[in-house]
Amino acid sequence: MSGLSLAPQLKRNAQALEGAAVKGRSLWDDARRRLFRNRAAVASMILLGLFLLAAIVGPWLTPDHFDTINKNDVWDPPLTNGHLLGTDSLGRDLLARVLVGLRVSLAIGVVATAVSLVIGVTWGATAGFLGGAVDELMMRFVDVLYTLPFIFFVILLMVTFGRHFLLIFLAIGCVEWLTMSRIVRGQTLSLKQKEFVEAARAAGLSTPAIIGRHIVPNLLGPVVVYATLTIPGVILLESFLSFLGMGVQEPLTSLGTLISNGAEEMDLAPWLLIFPSLVMVLTLAAFNFIGDGLRDAIDPKDR
Amino acid sequence: MLRFFLRRLLVAIPTLFLVITAAFFMMRAAPGSPFETSRKLPPEILAHVEAKFGMNRPLVVQYVSYLGGVAHGDFGPSLKYQDKSVLEIVREGFPTSLKIGLAALVLASLVGVTLGVLAAIRQNHAIDYSVMGVAILGVCIPSFVTAPLLRQVFASQLGWVPTGGLNGPISLVLPVVVLALPQVAIISRLTRAGMIEVLHSNYIRTARAKGLSETTVVFRHALRAALAPLVAYLGPACAGLITGSLVVEKIFNLPGLGKSFVTGALQRDYTLVMGVLILYASLIIALNLAGDMMLAVLDPRVRLS
Repeated sequence: MSGLSLAPQLKRNAQALEGAAVKGRSLWDDARRRLFRNRAAVASMILLGLFLLAAIVGPWLTPDHFDTINKNDVWDPPLTNGHLLGTDSLGRDLLARVLVGLRVSLAIGVVATAVSLVIGVTWGATAGFLGGAVDELMMRFVDVLYTLPFIFFVILLMVTFGRHFLLIFLAIGCVEWLTMSRIVRGQTLSLKQKEFVEAARAAGLSTPAIIGRHIVPNLLGPVVVYATLTIPGVILLESFLSFLGMGVQEPLTSLGTLISNGAEEMDLAPWLLIFPSLVMVLTLAAFNFIGDGLRDAIDPKDR
Repeated sequence: MLRFFLRRLLVAIPTLFLVITAAFFMMRAAPGSPFETSRKLPPEILAHVEAKFGMNRPLVVQYVSYLGGVAHGDFGPSLKYQDKSVLEIVREGFPTSLKIGLAALVLASLVGVTLGVLAAIRQNHAIDYSVMGVAILGVCIPSFVTAPLLRQVFASQLGWVPTGGLNGPISLVLPVVVLALPQVAIISRLTRAGMIEVLHSNYIRTARAKGLSETTVVFRHALRAALAPLVAYLGPACAGLITGSLVVEKIFNLPGLGKSFVTGALQRDYTLVMGVLILYASLIIALNLAGDMMLAVLDPRVRLS
């Protein structure tokens, strides 16, 4: 009797297992599901998507180029003379400038983070995988760099090599890789000793295959999370540099440069401070919400 | 314990050495010279000035003699502010920077810990969400946005505090608040995370089970353990405050060291930049060391690793 009533249940389980064999719900599927349930993260992704689109396409669509000087339209408030967000002290259209600034800031954020990612992952994975004295030496070096006052070195780098656009990427990327290398090393160390790696080795998989199939995919989670949280940090750092007069140079602009110029003229033209600040704060907040959401999604036990 | 301390100290010395070396050669590799003015100096005069500061010698010789000077506490003369030594400039600027830095650290700790504890004991309630919202904003709004906005409201319109300059303690209120805000955000997040973890631990359940009041449990038992990550944050906090002071001193026109560093770097005042950098690096290294030590005292597990 009981066997009869259990049968459908068993059958369903068997079907479920069969289904799992055909198409499993991987860790990443689970993570995606959790991420999309996080409302703040989803809203941030939509906003950031729009910003990204605006930053890429926007500068071509504005009637005025970002460095077009209109002598008759100096300090126009928003919504006058066809300037949606007003104009600055040279009569340049603020909307066009904000879009270009957003483009530059996002580019710096993404590229510098990519630089830090490459250095950090290589360094951390090498140290973690080789272990022993090499690991000790490499991580001591990171410890030493960790205690340095970053900002001073970025300033020195900018002073030494000039304010070239590409150098800002490199300078910031070069100081932002430390945490990444620590995270990656820690992960590699613990992954190396996991049973599934041992099982893979016992099954006769080669070392590159183990790294490719088992180590890297498991490394990806924390790396993605931390990279997402690095981008706003980089954007903020660049804006600090711009504020101190060492970032992107005129007429090209970044959000930081726009804000710092806007702050000087806020009595006369408050919109020059308000709009770039708003875009900057929304961008940084969006990255932070996505990063937090990703962390919760990929590693739920962290919470 | 002593061995732990000595081992950490042994790392600190090469770190400082590395800072000095890297900064020295980077600064010298920079194009331009401290003696560059709007008018070009005749080569004989330039050679004379360079000889006066010993800059006609090979770079390595200069480096060694600079290291020797630093070891004796001699940071050399400033190359831009004639007749002033680097030590004198540091002595003039550092008290201001130190004052706002310390005040900001105290303010940020008090507010940050209070907010973090409130958020943790009301996890996933309105208080928690609003504290975390404030924390995200605190991290996302750069100090060069908050500074002009606060100055506009409290100095220009309400007239409660001066707009800038060093003029009694009241003139330091806004700089301290601006400097503290990002740290409040980070500290409240750290406290909240620490508290939530601790509140779920067994000994807290025991404390509750034996009938202690919730106040005693939270403040006597949980808070002490939850503050450990904060101690470790001392060094990074100091670094953050120094970074912030570069901006705050510029906006509020305060005669601090951050300003000296930025103008010094832009004007190639080699000795001044080196002096400020060495001071700040030592400060951060010392605080990191102090943080590690305090953590080791609080948590024996740290000593063993």
